[in-house]
Amino acid sequence: MMDLRELYQDIILDHGRHPRNFRTIEHPTHCAQGHNPLCGDRVTVYLALDGDRIIDVSFQGRGCAISTAAASLMTEVLKGKTVAEAQALFGQFHARVTGGEPAALPEALAEEAERLDPLTGVKAFPARVKCATLSWHALEAALKGGGAGPAVKTE
Amino acid sequence: MTVATLRSVYPGPGGFDPRRLRREFPIFASNPDLVFLDSGASAQKPRSVIDRVADYYRTDYANVHRGVYRLSARSTELFEEAREKVRCFLNAADRREIVFVRGATEAINLVAQSWGTAFLKAGDEIVISELEHHSNIVPWQMLRDRLGIRLMVAPIDATGGLDLAAFEARLSPRTRLVAITHLANATGALVPIETVTRLAHRRGAKVLIDGCQAAPRLAVDVQALDCDFYTFSGHKTYGPTGIGVLYGRYELLSAMPPWQGGGEMILSVTFERSEFQDPPHRFEAGTPDISGAIGLGTAIDFIEELGRDNILEHEEALTGYGVDRLSRIPGLRLVEAGQRRLGILSFDLEGVHPHDLAQVLDQYHVAVRAGHHCAQPLMERLGLAGTTRASLGVYNDEPDIDALAAALEAGREMFAR
Repeated sequence: MMDLRELYQDIILDHGRHPRNFRTIEHPTHCAQGHNPLCGDRVTVYLALDGDRIIDVSFQGRGCAISTAAASLMTEVLKGKTVAEAQALFGQFHARVTGGEPAALPEALAEEAERLDPLTGVKAFPARVKCATLSWHALEAALKGGGAGPAVKTE
Repeated sequence: MTVATLRSVYPGPGGFDPRRLRREFPIFASNPDLVFLDSGASAQKPRSVIDRVADYYRTDYANVHRGVYRLSARSTELFEEAREKVRCFLNAADRREIVFVRGATEAINLVAQSWGTAFLKAGDEIVISELEHHSNIVPWQMLRDRLGIRLMVAPIDATGGLDLAAFEARLSPRTRLVAITHLANATGALVPIETVTRLAHRRGAKVLIDGCQAAPRLAVDVQALDCDFYTFSGHKTYGPTGIGVLYGRYELLSAMPPWQGGGEMILSVTFERSEFQDPPHRFEAGTPDISGAIGLGTAIDFIEELGRDNILEHEEALTGYGVDRLSRIPGLRLVEAGQRRLGILSFDLEGVHPHDLAQVLDQYHVAVRAGHHCAQPLMERLGLAGTTRASLGVYNDEPDIDALAAALEAGREMFAR
């Protein structure tokens, strides 16, 4: 079995304890809730878009170290990206944690994708993949649903 | 194995030796490092149950209640023998009061849909408690929304036990049913159901008891309890999955309409109308889980061979040891369980989410449940997102608790770094 320290790397514990962008956005252009009924974890993702560009992104909620760190890192890498870039990053991240075939990313996003590396340890723990992707699913729902986005569920 | 042998092969101070009793559970041979502390979710199966189910398919299998051939008659006899074992297990007065269902969830839905729909009307009240599993909440909410009845919730007190005074205050002349757990699955709080039943009956209300966590741990006597319905699941009682029991007083069952229609539950069918069987068959439409029922009968034999008083003594002693041992871990808070905690240790470790903690425990082969335990309203009431829960079985002993404690210390260190 994989060493747990691979899953709970220092950066995960740090972001789990001290999540970045852990706040609401007063007038979000987009927002949605993610809910994992299995454990009761909830996350709300807020977005402020200017045209096609994410000028601010934040989250609130409660969750385990993995889901909190995943949301925190997500907000860090998304700021300043376009919607298409955000979707490309999610697609690639999702493939990496589920063991799928990651699509090639534009060179410009390579650094952001690398920042998500510490989360890919969940691949060895199938029950925890949902923790790492919950906030990303909420992001996707927010982008699709707009202001009053529906709650998405991962179970 | 006879009564004498199981206890004489594995003698111990409390009637049996849990560590050596593990030899009867093949799962521990296949997983020698396993520290299994999740019997509250589902118990492991003794060899006798596994073998009985397999042997039944090999030697005695045919459908029940229809064939005239010998094999079918034999199968029917075994199925009905299992019903008789359940009757003894609950000390019901009559075998016809034992309905086989898929599990406690189905039993509660059966009562809600059959008894509830037939006998309740808008304005009637059902009282449940804050300690309930979702399966003893949701069926009543569905019934409430359909019939316009009211669902009242009796709270817990500061100690985490049922607040009896507040419970009594929830009862009114309109209370028709009290549906309550015998032993709270999320916290291990034992509910004084004798008192609850007496108070409910004084108001003319019926009483349904969810015995999922109690049936594997203590002797249940439905006549002494004087309850109207009692239910438990086979798989938490060392039996197979897919089988459970609804006990109902005969006069209640016989007044209740069927809830599912089909074969097995009818006397005669024409295209105009059908005539239904008497209980219990009226509530057993379709081919039942025959092997499950027979396996449950064997699980009951196993429990009776160990002795239910011995099992209770074992669970009480180990619960006490667990409370002492876990209380010494810095930052660990046991969830309060009222005046009497039995077989379940639910706790919060400061600064560590239950799922992260369970992940670490798994690394040490300690299997526990993490999360809301299908009791979200109770978690909400306790102000917790979830807990980590260790639940005990006949095969657990003090070294298991020590292994849990050691793994918890490791988890605490890992997340404190």
